[in-house]
Amino acid sequence: MHATVSSNAPTTARAEEAARNARDTRNDRLFGGLLKACALLVLVSLIGAAASTLWLGRDAFATFGWGFLTSSEWDPSNNRYGALVPVMGTVTTALIALIFAVPVSFGIALFLTEIAPSWLRGPVSSAIELLAGIPSIIYGMWGLFIFAPFVATTIKPWLMNNFSADPPDGQVSWLVTHVPFIAKFFSSEYPFFGAGVLTAGLVLAVMIIPFISSVMREVFQTVPTRLKESAYALGSSTWEVVWDIVVPYTRTAVIGGIFLGLGRALGETMAVAFVLGNTFKFTPSILETGSSIASTIANQFGEAEGLQKSALMAIAFLLFVVTFIVLMIARLMLRRLASKEGS
Amino acid sequence: MSAQATDITGAGSSFVYPVLSKWSATYAEKTGNKLNYQSVGSGAGIAQIKEGTIDFGASDAPMSAEDLAKFGLGQFPAVVGGIVPIVNLQGVAAGQLKLDGALLADIYLGKIARWSDPRIAALNPGVKIPDVKVTVVHRSDGSGTSFNFTNYLSKVSPEWASKVKFGTAVEWPAGVGGKGNEGVSQYVRQIPGSIGYVEYAYAKKNAIAYTQLQNAAGKWIEPSATTFAAAAATADWKNAKDFNLIMTNAPGEQAWPITATTWIIMYKKSKNASHTKVAFDFFKWSMENGQSQAASLDYVALPDTLVKQIEAYWAAEYKN
Repeated sequence: MHATVSSNAPTTARAEEAARNARDTRNDRLFGGLLKACALLVLVSLIGAAASTLWLGRDAFATFGWGFLTSSEWDPSNNRYGALVPVMGTVTTALIALIFAVPVSFGIALFLTEIAPSWLRGPVSSAIELLAGIPSIIYGMWGLFIFAPFVATTIKPWLMNNFSADPPDGQVSWLVTHVPFIAKFFSSEYPFFGAGVLTAGLVLAVMIIPFISSVMREVFQTVPTRLKESAYALGSSTWEVVWDIVVPYTRTAVIGGIFLGLGRALGETMAVAFVLGNTFKFTPSILETGSSIASTIANQFGEAEGLQKSALMAIAFLLFVVTFIVLMIARLMLRRLASKEGS
Repeated sequence: MSAQATDITGAGSSFVYPVLSKWSATYAEKTGNKLNYQSVGSGAGIAQIKEGTIDFGASDAPMSAEDLAKFGLGQFPAVVGGIVPIVNLQGVAAGQLKLDGALLADIYLGKIARWSDPRIAALNPGVKIPDVKVTVVHRSDGSGTSFNFTNYLSKVSPEWASKVKFGTAVEWPAGVGGKGNEGVSQYVRQIPGSIGYVEYAYAKKNAIAYTQLQNAAGKWIEPSATTFAAAAATADWKNAKDFNLIMTNAPGEQAWPITATTWIIMYKKSKNASHTKVAFDFFKWSMENGQSQAASLDYVALPDTLVKQIEAYWAAEYKN
């Protein structure tokens, strides 16, 4: 009797343990599978979306071939389409947005994590989150009614007076006569008209600053206080702490935040449609009007039929391609940065 | 009063949306039948009626006879409105500037560089026009307004007809594009020396300087409900099968040259008899009783002669 008990007790315990282990393994596997499905869903929907735009745009690709990428024509009444101007407008406006948004976001995030008194951090952080929550149509209307007129009366005439070959005040500046090509980037047929590539880029910059700066703020906060305090103890200035400790520690995440902002800038629709001028002229000037992929689709989708609809789908597919290429370049840059550090 | 309310659905032109929603509110009060209208654009409206997902479609451009026949659809005009050129010229008030069709087309072709052009001066003796550069503003989004505007230019300018043609969106030879009526008028406000085109109701509400135009009869016309109605009344509807006629450049003495209408498109052999019955009842009611409400929104109800033709068309083509 005693023997049976003594021999039975460990067996039951072992059996119970084995059952629990089996259950745990099963649950873990289930949970893992569920998570995998969630992650794969992103991939599947992305590929699905890209593939369906390619499928619906097949007529345009078949009709125009490679010429679709190099033609600056967009002529619905004669059914001739080219993607050059919208693709270029998309890339240029997004680049301008990044050039302005990245330094400002960097400043905001550093100020909030390193310098700002604690009573100020809360309100400024909430303000950033509020800015991120404003719908893009409101940025568009602000751009159209308030910002574009400001560009027209102040920024654009100043830029043209200094950098264009045909300035409104009639005096060609020293820069233009001595620096070749610069005038090409700052010319415009309409000196006192606000909408254009630069305006759209600036409006986009305002729109993506909240995204980039809040990501940067979050990651700057993850830098261990220990590290920073040691550097201060060694006599570093705030600038040195930021540049030598905070930035290297968070580089990957910071660049991730920048690309989140870039993604939004590349795909922004409504705001750009209002302030870009919506013309299909090929020009290197940032003061001229242009069009972007998203704004072209938003403008023409409602009334498009047949080949025009197909061409719109085709440029939607190109937006996937452009975004993909941009992200690839970013990855490569990151890898090179990492290898330079020798880590 | 019907015992049970029937909700009907329509989709298409944004041009008729304000007047349709006003009509439907009053109509719902009287009959209990509600109208659910999606203002998604003419192209989308046509696509949806072809698929049969709605009771009627509304389009600013008429459907072709082949398409109508192929899908078993019929169409008829519902309401009339006008499109007006607007200008931003310092010291030039609304209705002061005169333009004829050929000149308007040449401006939009980019052939007139400055407002001091002798052709503009010749039409406007006594009007002090500032000597500034001409900037053309057009719609950037596909729209019925552009469709009718470019259709008019095609009728008055052979060069426009061969080069640019007409449509809801075209390849504009010159100028910048604003989104919607508000985008165009905002651009025109911002650019001195600019010219654009918007729906009349929009120009009137926002006090923007519109121009006079010379019509097909050679008369100088100001845009107004009277001159839009004159265009609708003198257009040659009798010879237009399925009302397939674009009203621009109408021949009447008093006709405003860029007058437009929106067509309602419905199945001849209805897919849902009770819905179709209510839809017809709604349009019949609106044509007979909706004038004052249309007028308050600066649309013009159809002239009586046209209403009679439409009712005859219904009787002949829609046999249910």
